[in-house]
Amino acid sequence: MIAIIDYGMGNIHSVQKALESMGAKTIVTNKPVDIKTCDKAVLPGVGAFDDAIQELKRQNLISALTEHIKAKKIFLGICLGMQLLFEESEEARVAKGFGVLKGIVKKFENKDNLKVPHMGWNQLKLKNSACPLLKDITDNSYVYFCHSYYPKPSDERIVAATTDYGIDFTSVLWQDNIYGVQFHPEKSQEVGLKILRNFVSL
Amino acid sequence: MLTKRIIPCLDIKEDRVVKGVKFLGLRDAGDPVEVARIYGRQQADELVFLDITASFENRKTLINLVEEIAKNIFMPFTVGGGIRDLGDIRDLLNAGADKVSINTTAVKFPDLIKDASGKFGSQCIVVAIDAKLVDSSEFIVHSEKLRTTNYELRTKKWQVYINGGRTPTDLDALEWAKKVADLGAGEILLTSMDYDGTKDGYDLPLTKAIVEAVNIPVIASGGAGKLGHFYDVLTKAGADACLAASIFHYQEYTVREVKEYLAEKGVAIRL
Repeated sequence: MIAIIDYGMGNIHSVQKALESMGAKTIVTNKPVDIKTCDKAVLPGVGAFDDAIQELKRQNLISALTEHIKAKKIFLGICLGMQLLFEESEEARVAKGFGVLKGIVKKFENKDNLKVPHMGWNQLKLKNSACPLLKDITDNSYVYFCHSYYPKPSDERIVAATTDYGIDFTSVLWQDNIYGVQFHPEKSQEVGLKILRNFVSL
Repeated sequence: MLTKRIIPCLDIKEDRVVKGVKFLGLRDAGDPVEVARIYGRQQADELVFLDITASFENRKTLINLVEEIAKNIFMPFTVGGGIRDLGDIRDLLNAGADKVSINTTAVKFPDLIKDASGKFGSQCIVVAIDAKLVDSSEFIVHSEKLRTTNYELRTKKWQVYINGGRTPTDLDALEWAKKVADLGAGEILLTSMDYDGTKDGYDLPLTKAIVEAVNIPVIASGGAGKLGHFYDVLTKAGADACLAASIFHYQEYTVREVKEYLAEKGVAIRL
């Protein structure tokens, strides 16, 4: 069973429907007890870092998810849901991240006419094709991005794919049982569904 | 490399597609989900659904429809029409829309852009701007403010219209575009009222002016009739994306044909 965490930060339906379309059993929840009984958790999320942390705290979800991760159960963070795992974000005015991953979340710089947000279809440059999430995904596949901030992990070894937008930023990361994607697999048509299928088969 | 986007736009009334989508072999050309699927197969990069009834009674129907689309179509889509407040935006995003497009309310209450982008993130807040070229002499009838600010600078200006193009405002489109970007809009959907429906091509001077004025993506809309029109607005005017309706609905060109043409001409396109 896959727990999809609904903490009131937008679009979770598409993630759920995409996972269900491939036969996965899911539960949309904001209850720590549900996370405990599931073997996988997905943390989606659009919106602001501070608001997200505040909501997760209020609903006692940070400790539940941290425990899930510490118990070596599979975790997938999507977009903001992945950024929240880091120690801090340039977007945050007050809140700290989960701190399960070392590093920070940075904002794209508005230089050389680079438009922010980074919005649209861009390519994955595979750095670690052993990453199970990227099984059968070809180099330079297009996926859909929609974000102004990107993760900068301290440990380069967890970078599974990068994407070029002014800089090469981390678009897929993998550390043991933790997976994170900066793009939206649930919106990336065939390539995205393949990645989610890989996640379901983990 | 980030690609340029091709975006079909569907007008929705109640929960049906209106303005004749003429697809061969489509069981129900009025069913937004089925039409969206076709465009998905043709490699459309995103979809825009515009609720043209946008009345209070229809909100629930619209929310149900958005849920239905999100359940079936795994591609990004924007919903616009009749959005009045943060609650409307939250409902649409929760129902599965990736972005919302705000027009009239943004003009009337610009703080909504700030509040919404602060709450939901800039990436999901699109501000739609409908603009029309006017002589500034004509324009200042509507705007005392502009007389003192940039009256001297240009003899022609683009004036912002609201309420589906029915009501002129005091706003200069360039100034307004800069303001919405400062307030936190993530994208501008720019429709030229002079070119919309003409099939003479996109409004290159308007699009170029707005693209140069802001640092957020600009979607050009209004006027697509030929393949070359897409090329021109993406390369000469610098638009990030093209929106089109009838050219796709009437199958003059499929989305894929447009994208193949652009890719052949060297434009960064996802195929």
